[in-house]
Amino acid sequence: MFDNLLGSFWPYTIDGLILGAIYGLVALGYTMVYGVLRLINFAHSEVFMIGTMAAAFVVMTMGITQPLTGFALVGGLLLMVLAGGLASAGSAALLERIAYRPLRKRGASRLAALISAIGASLFLQELFALVIIPHVFNRPQQGRNQMGVARIMQKDVLFTIGGAQIRIDQVIIFAASILMMILLDLLVNRTKIGRAIRATSQDPETAVLMGVDIDKVVRATFLIGGLMAGVAGALFVLQFEVTKFSIGFLLGIKAFTAAVLGGIGNIRGALVGGMFLGLIENYGAGIFGSGWKDVIAFTVLVLVLMFRPTGILGESLQQARA
Amino acid sequence: MIRFAPLGRALAVVAAAGLALTACGGSGSSSDGDTSAAPTTLKIGFMGDLSGENSGIVIPPRNGAQLAVDQYNATNPKVKVELIPYDSRADATTAVSLAQQAIKTDKIVALVGPAFSGESKQAVPVLEEAKIPNISASATNVDLAKNGWKYWHRVVPNDGVQGPAIADFIVGAAAAKNVFVVDDKSEYGKGLGDAVRGELKTKGATVTDDSLDPNATDYSSTVNKVAAAKPDALFFGGYYAAAGKLLKQLRDKGVTAKFFSADGSLDKGLIEGAGEQQAEGALIGCPCRIPTAGETDANVKKFADDYKAKFGADPLIYATEGYDAMTAFLKAIQSGATTSDAINEAVGKSDFDGISKHIKFDPNGEPAAKSIYIYQVKAGQIGLLGDTMTAKLG
Repeated sequence: MFDNLLGSFWPYTIDGLILGAIYGLVALGYTMVYGVLRLINFAHSEVFMIGTMAAAFVVMTMGITQPLTGFALVGGLLLMVLAGGLASAGSAALLERIAYRPLRKRGASRLAALISAIGASLFLQELFALVIIPHVFNRPQQGRNQMGVARIMQKDVLFTIGGAQIRIDQVIIFAASILMMILLDLLVNRTKIGRAIRATSQDPETAVLMGVDIDKVVRATFLIGGLMAGVAGALFVLQFEVTKFSIGFLLGIKAFTAAVLGGIGNIRGALVGGMFLGLIENYGAGIFGSGWKDVIAFTVLVLVLMFRPTGILGESLQQARA
Repeated sequence: MIRFAPLGRALAVVAAAGLALTACGGSGSSSDGDTSAAPTTLKIGFMGDLSGENSGIVIPPRNGAQLAVDQYNATNPKVKVELIPYDSRADATTAVSLAQQAIKTDKIVALVGPAFSGESKQAVPVLEEAKIPNISASATNVDLAKNGWKYWHRVVPNDGVQGPAIADFIVGAAAAKNVFVVDDKSEYGKGLGDAVRGELKTKGATVTDDSLDPNATDYSSTVNKVAAAKPDALFFGGYYAAAGKLLKQLRDKGVTAKFFSADGSLDKGLIEGAGEQQAEGALIGCPCRIPTAGETDANVKKFADDYKAKFGADPLIYATEGYDAMTAFLKAIQSGATTSDAINEAVGKSDFDGISKHIKFDPNGEPAAKSIYIYQVKAGQIGLLGDTMTAKLG
């Protein structure tokens, strides 16, 4: 039982960390919106889906038949990440403007916003399944099918750690995720808009009295969360080379779980929660078989919340830590 | 706007009722008031996932059934047939309510489908109760035949035949001794995986197993387990969407074991999902008979040409079986059966050469002919290798 995990400890660890980094990036969107608005943005999984679609669209438009190399590859990768990030950031901001702000202005309950989020999520999925994938991607009658994406780079093995082969795409995904996290941390802790975000999450009313434009803060929060999810989407496409209209569903649940594990509202917690979840999933699968992956992950979630209801790092966006 | 909606709906209901009334009046007068006269058009349903993720293996049999109906109607028979599609999206609950709708509202006399095993398990009892004969072109779960259903049939051999036949091929022609078996935990995938595991063990192969979630994308834990087991061959029981992702991730990890799967994965989507390079050489077993490019059988070739002329696409998986299932009904109707019961009785006595195989049913609804074919991916195309009993690996 355990010999399988011990025999392949490093491969499980590496794959867990890389998937965890993607969970972490998506989890940021949940955690930041929760920190500022006390709202679970359930349409965030579709923001991630839009990021994967934008990246897939870039690859499709480039008409790749052979994997790229050199500058063409660097340019292609940047374009993918940029397209994913921008498309997701834009759609997250639009989502806020259409689905949440009108409710917020009328002082509707949080439950109403939650229903609005679920509605927006279904709307976006169907929009892609019925309109965008058949027409923009030119796949008539296949809106609900999985879509393969051409291979943009040769996935060569760079080096090995304890029997685990590390491929170049895995290094890029991991490095890019960590870089995005560091940039975000700097943004929130060192800039004016970051201070406004922290102030709003601590006490929205006082923040308004101090001259913080709350609409601007909320928009910025959605933009940043969307950007992170879009980058995650592009990296996801780079690694798995598939997407579909409902790709965000399962990943969204996992990322939300990661946000709660790390302490919802806590930015660094999102990364920690993501990595933790990725590792637990893979170790659990290694010991009990992959069919038990989710059972193990969610059992651990329950256990963590039982003893630390605010997650591993606590709800600390309010405490001006991150 | 919203306020007027209920009124609009009420108007629609009244209008529909009016139409229904006139329809009744019309048919009444044309048959000279004799209500027991046979209707001139019978409705036969087709049920399966027509727009969902696995529609790639349901649309070809639907087209096959449609082709059979069109060819039949073109002969100007006394009793015409109309095909009504029911899109269950492979969801059992939807399938049940669609079956009820088909029986009560549309008054179908027979049904081709349900396409998949999971939905069949739930929807067939509804059909059975209403005494509607049904023939599935693609549901292969073993237990379906053990329910004592009298109106249920299928034109494909079940997983109990398919699984062991593929397993025999794995240890026989492919000469594998150490085999890894993965399933997707579905009604279909698990049943098939277990059938393969059982036969492999009987034949003395070492079997390691694992399962995966078809909706997930990251299969690294399964891939790592496979890499550690260093198998000669791997069998996946599940559908093509997951098979493609799994195959790609296996090859990217450097696993070179021969990849086997079954009918659920026999779709170009497998090659798209895995990538042409990674999919090369993958072997897929199937109880289905797909017309291939260099077809030698004259009947199959004619079917393929007619199909292509009508739908502008090559007949893919289960197209011939969909055609044969519908033909069984059409032959029954041709022989004079117009009620569900009479059609069921005539179908039970079917004995004709179909496109896919000789069509004859055992008393429990299983097909009498039980060949399993094996296909291989070569340069982005799926080609027929032959019957599992005789095919050789090049």
